[in-house]
Amino acid sequence: MALLEVKDLRTYFHTDDGVVKAVDGVDFSVEKGQTLGIVGESGSGKSVTNLTIMGLNPKRNTVSSGEALWKGEDLLTAKPSKLRDIRGNEISMIFQDPMTSLNPVHTIGQQLVEAIQIHRDVSKRVARARALELLKAVGIPRAEGRIDDYPHQFSGGMRQRVMIAMALINDPDLLIADEPTTALDVTTQAQILALMKRLQEDFGSAIIMVTHDLGVIAEIADDVLVMYAAKIVEHANVYDLFNRPQHPYTWGLMGSLPRLDADAERLTQIPGQPPSLLRPPSGCRFHPRCPYVMEVCKTTEPRLEPSQRDSNHLQACHLDEETKDREAAKLTHMAEVS
Amino acid sequence: MFRYLIRRLLWAILLFIVITFVTFVVFFMAPSNPARGYCGGENAKPECIKLATEKLGLDQPLPIQYLKFLKRIVVDQSLGTSYFTGQDVNEAIAQAAPVTASLVFGGAILWMMIGLVVGVFSALKPRSLLDRVAMVFVLIGVSAHPVWIGLIFSYFFGFRWGITPIANYANFFGAPEGSGLPGGPWQWFYHMILPWCTFAILFAALYVRMIRANVMETMNEDYVRTARAKGAPERSVLTKHVLRNAMLPVVTMLGMDIGLALGGAIFTETVYQLPGLGRTAILAINVNDLAIVQGVVVFSTLAIIFFNLVVDLLYAWIDPRIRLT
Repeated sequence: MALLEVKDLRTYFHTDDGVVKAVDGVDFSVEKGQTLGIVGESGSGKSVTNLTIMGLNPKRNTVSSGEALWKGEDLLTAKPSKLRDIRGNEISMIFQDPMTSLNPVHTIGQQLVEAIQIHRDVSKRVARARALELLKAVGIPRAEGRIDDYPHQFSGGMRQRVMIAMALINDPDLLIADEPTTALDVTTQAQILALMKRLQEDFGSAIIMVTHDLGVIAEIADDVLVMYAAKIVEHANVYDLFNRPQHPYTWGLMGSLPRLDADAERLTQIPGQPPSLLRPPSGCRFHPRCPYVMEVCKTTEPRLEPSQRDSNHLQACHLDEETKDREAAKLTHMAEVS
Repeated sequence: MFRYLIRRLLWAILLFIVITFVTFVVFFMAPSNPARGYCGGENAKPECIKLATEKLGLDQPLPIQYLKFLKRIVVDQSLGTSYFTGQDVNEAIAQAAPVTASLVFGGAILWMMIGLVVGVFSALKPRSLLDRVAMVFVLIGVSAHPVWIGLIFSYFFGFRWGITPIANYANFFGAPEGSGLPGGPWQWFYHMILPWCTFAILFAALYVRMIRANVMETMNEDYVRTARAKGAPERSVLTKHVLRNAMLPVVTMLGMDIGLALGGAIFTETVYQLPGLGRTAILAINVNDLAIVQGVVVFSTLAIIFFNLVVDLLYAWIDPRIRLT
């Protein structure tokens, strides 16, 4: 049995302007110790998917349906108290902005100790010792001296390390990292990613890594979901995704990565804007921006199905296999030159 | 923390000098001649005015007068004597200040209780019935004048239904011997109920609105989501994470409003005939007794400076970001 199995997950926000379908029928699963990358532009539904699994969406005007089976139990219909037992204990979460994710009026130590004591009936002294151990594990220098400091005394990278320490403190089975490196500068990003990889080996947690950065995905993920406009457009093993990407949107993402080898003046970009989720385009949601658009794309929505060559490589595109292989080969050829 | 303290204290001293100077200038440059007031006003004899001018030092240059005035306050700790009754101003204020303090602090406790309870609950359930009723209360509270509210309260609760006294004050420590006035803690409380309610309504309304907005804003902060993601129960999310942060601006407001409230106390004291600072000042203004008026102003200034200092220190204590800068 998969650790987490998400089936036909939908999250709709009812607003004054209409219904925003932020997540519209998403299926995936996460195995023990596996790292799943979710990649997509802002507003593609990656974060909302995870907030829905965690039950952290605002309750007002939000409707979720489908299933999110955690060790066989549906999190969407679980009682709030059951959900609280799981949150921070079995599933924990790291957020995008470490500058605002820690409470400014409590010390780092108090916040870590709180995370332990919510789930474990241990004394403050034991909890504090554990907190210190985790701060050392995530590489906070002079952790003994810094445990009583306040968040504003830490840099962004150090705060994200504290967030990671807090997420791992109860040995969770699954760690959801929602763009954990986006707000950090590049050298710090690399450190945080290396830290997460190392900790995954030590703690054995599965990870869902949400990002818009394919570089991060290549670095850390085993499996990858590509999301566009609230739906999954491609789902594959990380090697297959980079070697034979099957969806024009994925090509677009890869083409817009800066390369040292390509002799291009400008980066290629995906034309247009991500669609409004209030009134998504008919047919394939990517068709208004797709350079390969055909008549069928405007009317019929492609289903997410296995590609002909590889049953584990799921994609949602009407293009024929030959065109896909040709285009994918162009991209990967460029990569191979380097 | 120590440097913060020193800096705050120096500010307080500077503030005191500036405000006493302004007070001095306003009162002694005022068109009405204090010496004339000293001699009985309109019908004062010229000889008396001449004598009084010398006695009060009014013939000396202004800076000298100000320094003498400052020396009298700081060194002698005296606010002078009333031009009219010859009463020691310190004594007059010592009698009036506890009345105003009862009103302001009792009122502040009441408005904070209302503000916190109603504000937090409306923030937790926006657009609920409670929230809508609270918002109507806020509108009435900020629109209605305390004098009007006071008269209405006093008429219905005091006169028509006889639930509370109509007016007047009862000393907490017992009435003076043989005065026949009510006294003691219970009578004090009984007499203060209506003034407290009247006084607190405006501020309660403002604080309900402010606390509601602050709590709603803080609920959307990332660290509140972090607390939920940790699995913290809603109650501890609210108390540990939301309220502590939402109360930061409220504490600052409270410090500023205590000063404002001293001004507002004048209305309530007048309606309920409470012999507090506001009423003392009004009576003194009516008879042109500048010494008393000035005494009240200087004393209130000191009180406000003191409370602002206390609030600043309190703020540093609850917000670590201030403490360390």
